[in-house]
Amino acid sequence: MYLLNRKQRHAVNYTWMIISLLLVAFLPFLLFVGLYIKSVLLIHDYSLVDLIFSKTWKPASGQFGFYPFIVGSIWVTLIAMLITAPICLLTAIYVTQYTKKYILRIMHPAIDILAGLPSVVYGLWGILVIVPFISRYLGPWLDIKTMGYSILAASFVLSIMIIPFVLNILIEIFRAIPMELKEAALSLGATQWQTIKHVLVKKALPGIIAAFGFGLARAFGETMAVLMVVGNVVRLPKSVFDPGYTLPALIANNYGEMLSIPKYDAALMFAALLLLAVSLFFNLVMHFFIVRFNKY
Amino acid sequence: MDQNTKIEIRDLNVFAGKTQILKNINIDIPKNKITVILGPSGCGKTTLLKCLNRLTDLYPELKVSGKIMIDDNNILAAKEDIYKLRQQMGLLSQRPYPLPMTIYNNISYALKLRGIRNRRETHKLVMHYLQQANLWDEIRTRLREPASRLSIGQQQRLCLARGLAVNPEIILADEPTSALDPISSQFIEETFVKLKHDYTIVLVTHVLRQAKRIADNVVFMYLGDVIEQGSVEEVFGNPKMEKTKLYLGGTFN
Ligand SMILES: Nc1ncnc2c1ncn2[C@@H]1O[C@H](COP(=O)(O)OP(=O)(O)OP(=O)(O)O)[C@@H](O)[C@H]1O
Ligand SMILES: [Mg+2]
Repeated sequence: MYLLNRKQRHAVNYTWMIISLLLVAFLPFLLFVGLYIKSVLLIHDYSLVDLIFSKTWKPASGQFGFYPFIVGSIWVTLIAMLITAPICLLTAIYVTQYTKKYILRIMHPAIDILAGLPSVVYGLWGILVIVPFISRYLGPWLDIKTMGYSILAASFVLSIMIIPFVLNILIEIFRAIPMELKEAALSLGATQWQTIKHVLVKKALPGIIAAFGFGLARAFGETMAVLMVVGNVVRLPKSVFDPGYTLPALIANNYGEMLSIPKYDAALMFAALLLLAVSLFFNLVMHFFIVRFNKY
Repeated sequence: MDQNTKIEIRDLNVFAGKTQILKNINIDIPKNKITVILGPSGCGKTTLLKCLNRLTDLYPELKVSGKIMIDDNNILAAKEDIYKLRQQMGLLSQRPYPLPMTIYNNISYALKLRGIRNRRETHKLVMHYLQQANLWDEIRTRLREPASRLSIGQQQRLCLARGLAVNPEIILADEPTSALDPISSQFIEETFVKLKHDYTIVLVTHVLRQAKRIADNVVFMYLGDVIEQGSVEEVFGNPKMEKTKLYLGGTFN
């Protein structure tokens, strides 16, 4: 026997659905408000433009310029995406369109394992392999002095980290395209490459953008792996071989320490607020493109 | 090869691993006629059509042997120019798969693959093929819309127009009306009857009445074998084989 009759049960379920929906919809908003309240002290005393575009970071003397961190984050993320996007797209096309099925069956578990590894592992691997590679081989080869701990090292590690993640999504997207669409294009006399270029990629475009968007968001927010190889030097990087600092690394390195400095914790909250704002911005842009390309 | 025969299939065998999907198929498909392929589900009708335009190449697990002569050219032996070869045939599948483009570009893409790039000519031909597929009047103001916005029946006619746009000699249709409403089905049927003066049509269908209405020639298949073939009067009026009688009588399908 039920405690409630059908109509009442329906009402209860319905209410719960609405509550969960509101909760999910308002979570980002709540985060935003929370962070804003915590950082309002800083925003009040300095102008927003100053905080974002000032280059001097001297918390002890009350100078909070986030520009180096923002630039560091953007560089690291964009270079990581520049490496990731073509590799993932071409690999996904290759394994779904050109190879025998069993290759995919072998690759899939490997990709899953890679996608699930903790980021510390990637960070350590970066310190052991990428950093020495840059300082000992790539730098000297290009005649550039570098310690190895650099924007480039962080981008490499990040891309290695998000490639399995993005690749997984892309493979699923290409596999979901019906065989008949491919047959339709081929039956018109298109070559396999024409079919891929003009039909399959176009069909998959919203999904491809979404996959890149997820990768971007992950790269931008990634803390540990980047922090371990980026050098953590507060300075505007002049080249990708210079060390840098990112917003997540700033928060992770300093929260809980040095909080005796006035407004320091407000500054870290502001950094989190920036992260959130940029993530939301990425999301909006991504959705715009998905809607734009989803009409086919 | 007989003057009136367009496609001559000889000793066609298709294996998927150890299972044989098509067994020693021999069929003559006459020129400018509608040849209907009948048979219960899973008997190999779709596979047969895929052999005709070499879409079997897409499935490495399928091993195809035998001869398919189209105008004295064994297409199974063709090594290059499979693309040209596929353009001899327009394909219409069970459900419509419009390309992810506008309505107009669905046709103009086929034209481009055929080598037509001139804009005026493209324009003229897009209109021509849409008219041929009985779609032009409905969508003449919507040419720049995504093809996926059309109804299923309209999409299927768009796919027919697209198939005609490669300027084929043969039309391969795999249950083209099975997802359509009666009116759209009738449109397609009428179009086929009109088109057979210029094209050779191979049609797979499960609808016996449709076969009776428009077929000139009938091929009946069962579990990968051709059981019986002949003119529609012969096969429907006086079937020789027991299985054909049972199938046409509706005892199994
Ligand atoms: N690529 C393939 N690999 C293995 N088996 C296949 C493959 N393609 C088709 N088959 C098998 O061949 C048989 C014939 O399939 P086919 O699609 O040609 O049947 P059909 O006559 O078109 O049936 P339906 O009327 O249901 O469309 C089926 O048993 C199917 O499972
Ligand atoms: Mg079939």
